[in-house]
Amino acid sequence: MQIHNSSTVGEAIDSAEGARAGQWWLVWRKFRRHRLAMIGGFFTVVLYLVVFFAEFLAPFSPDRYSAEYTYAPPQRLHLLHWDSSQGWFSPYVNGYKIEVNYEQGRRLFVVDPEKRHPVGFWVQGDSYRLLGIWQTDRHLIGPLDPAAPMYLLGADRLGRDVLSRTIHGTRVSMSIGLVGVGLSLFLGILLGGLSGYFAGWTDNLIQRVIEFLQSIPSIPLWIGLAVAIPAEVPPVQVYFLITVILSVVGWTGLARVVRGRFFALRTEDFVKAARLDGCSTLRILFRHMVPSFMSHIIAVVTLAIPGMILAETSLSFLGIGLRPPTVSWGVLLQEAQNIRSISTAPWLLLPGLAVVIAVLALNFLGDGLRDAADPYTV
Amino acid sequence: MVRYIVKRLLLMVPTLVAISIVSFTIINLPPGDFVDRIVAQRLTAGEVVTAQEAADLRAFYGLDRSVGEQYVVWVSNIFLRGDFGRSFRWDLPVRDLVWERMALTLLLSVSSLLFIWVVAIPIGIFSAVRRYSLGDYSATFLGFVGVSIPNFLLALVLMFISFRYFGQSVGGLFSPQYINAPWSLAKILDLLGHLWIPMIVLGTAGTASLVRTLRANLLDELSRPYVTTARTKGLPESWLIVKYPLRHALNPFVSDLNGIFVDLVSGSTIVAVVLSLQTTGPLLLDALRSEDMFLAGSFIMLMSVLAVVGTLFSDILLAWLDPRIRYR
Repeated sequence: MQIHNSSTVGEAIDSAEGARAGQWWLVWRKFRRHRLAMIGGFFTVVLYLVVFFAEFLAPFSPDRYSAEYTYAPPQRLHLLHWDSSQGWFSPYVNGYKIEVNYEQGRRLFVVDPEKRHPVGFWVQGDSYRLLGIWQTDRHLIGPLDPAAPMYLLGADRLGRDVLSRTIHGTRVSMSIGLVGVGLSLFLGILLGGLSGYFAGWTDNLIQRVIEFLQSIPSIPLWIGLAVAIPAEVPPVQVYFLITVILSVVGWTGLARVVRGRFFALRTEDFVKAARLDGCSTLRILFRHMVPSFMSHIIAVVTLAIPGMILAETSLSFLGIGLRPPTVSWGVLLQEAQNIRSISTAPWLLLPGLAVVIAVLALNFLGDGLRDAADPYTV
Repeated sequence: MVRYIVKRLLLMVPTLVAISIVSFTIINLPPGDFVDRIVAQRLTAGEVVTAQEAADLRAFYGLDRSVGEQYVVWVSNIFLRGDFGRSFRWDLPVRDLVWERMALTLLLSVSSLLFIWVVAIPIGIFSAVRRYSLGDYSATFLGFVGVSIPNFLLALVLMFISFRYFGQSVGGLFSPQYINAPWSLAKILDLLGHLWIPMIVLGTAGTASLVRTLRANLLDELSRPYVTTARTKGLPESWLIVKYPLRHALNPFVSDLNGIFVDLVSGSTIVAVVLSLQTTGPLLLDALRSEDMFLAGSFIMLMSVLAVVGTLFSDILLAWLDPRIRYR
């Protein structure tokens, strides 16, 4: 399907304005009809908003620990309740009481319905810089007394709040998908484009490399590369190296798609015209050919992000991806590595739910985008 | 057909060489070597290690030679004598450590593949024939969820459920009394009793994606004129679907086979670590961490070879099923 060939557009465009607004408007129109994709898109936007406003949305900083409340179970947030000073809307959480289990020889926390800690919205807590600019200490939700325990999703072995850590983990986990895909996309367009543009032996060579990389199992390859990152490397570099490792395999799928598109476009008149005008190869690639299949690329990229997120989570879970001062969903799930910690504190698996939601949302979104990418067929 | 197979076998040779180079490069990436590790361990234990001793150890393990030389020695020993080198950490020939684990990995991958087929075909047919029914919607939704759950998370959740509600731990491929026992009928039965959990965990994602492919393909075929013709001739509906459109729609099951198989071999690594299976995964991770280079390298190489041979096998199967493929 050639996007530039406006005669095939048919009844979809009936006004001159439609012809100019063209493709993207049509894509949006088609996308809107895909209900699951709209829901997926909504969740994706929410998750990326969480990335930007993590400090504000999380009640606490991810590193705040409390030796008093190790493995405290999740509390329920009570919203409506009569309070003489505040009226009906006076949210609170229950406190904990300690029961000693002599058989297992350890303390167990039980939610104590007698104790009530009032909770507020827009409260003062740990201070931070919003978006790295504004210094503030306001949080969306938090206990009015900063020392009161509030663990809506429970606490881990150091008494850190799982909810706050999951929210902060969103930043790394969601962005590593984007950065990794961005890198894969660059490599994919460059190599896939060269392959499809030059054809002949360049194509043959690049195709053999892609086939080779796709034929070897990726996880052993990733593990091998990830283990090679020395322990003393600073977190930012580990983050970067992991994205590079994930892209080693990630670019191959994108390159295949790009190559296929290039083969279809190579003989088009507008490409020939650009070549006769004396444009350089790279200019023809990126200025003339890439824009004409951008919508497809966006769909394929969206579908590639979940794979990256899953890969990062898996590597970090094995303890060879991102490392503890960094907070990502995979790093959090490392706490739930053995049956003993899961049976003590099943809520440590909750960051996994965030992974599932993110991957599900991106898959739905990508599925809808793929259908909408070619708006000229019904 | 024979020509096609021979051609594919010849094409495999450069792939195998590339695999061996990549495997060897990976295991040489970490800074330092196994001797550095031994020296560090002895130093923390308070022993004194002279430079001479370290050099002797290096010579003993063959680590004093250049990387290129080490590679040539390693690969030529594999080709000439089937000798994969020696595991530093276990102090055993790699050969003795890998084969049983490779066999179990193969068994797990193949049985997961069968699981995928057995589950995906009926569900896929149902979803296509009863399109937009409640069953179709739930299959689609479950399919998406299945693709979205990381393998290891599914394994953890299953472990938790069976521990909490059935009071048994599900790790491993054997009951404790059989782990080091020689092979017997009882051991095989025990293995089959343990195999189903990793099989489900590994197979879920593949099942979900195959159901979606089969549904889409079958829907394309169901609206074809030949289906209407068969229907007007009075063929019973169920027989009609199995006889004509399903055969077309099943093509991707074979053509996607290689990708799925590679994913299974690859995915089994992490699942095996979580469920502590006696397959390649845990030992590979351990070998990579302790810089037990020949063991790690042999694992990476053999798993890649397994995937490549699986791909070859599925391509031959496809060429046999679909005569158009062969002449490409």
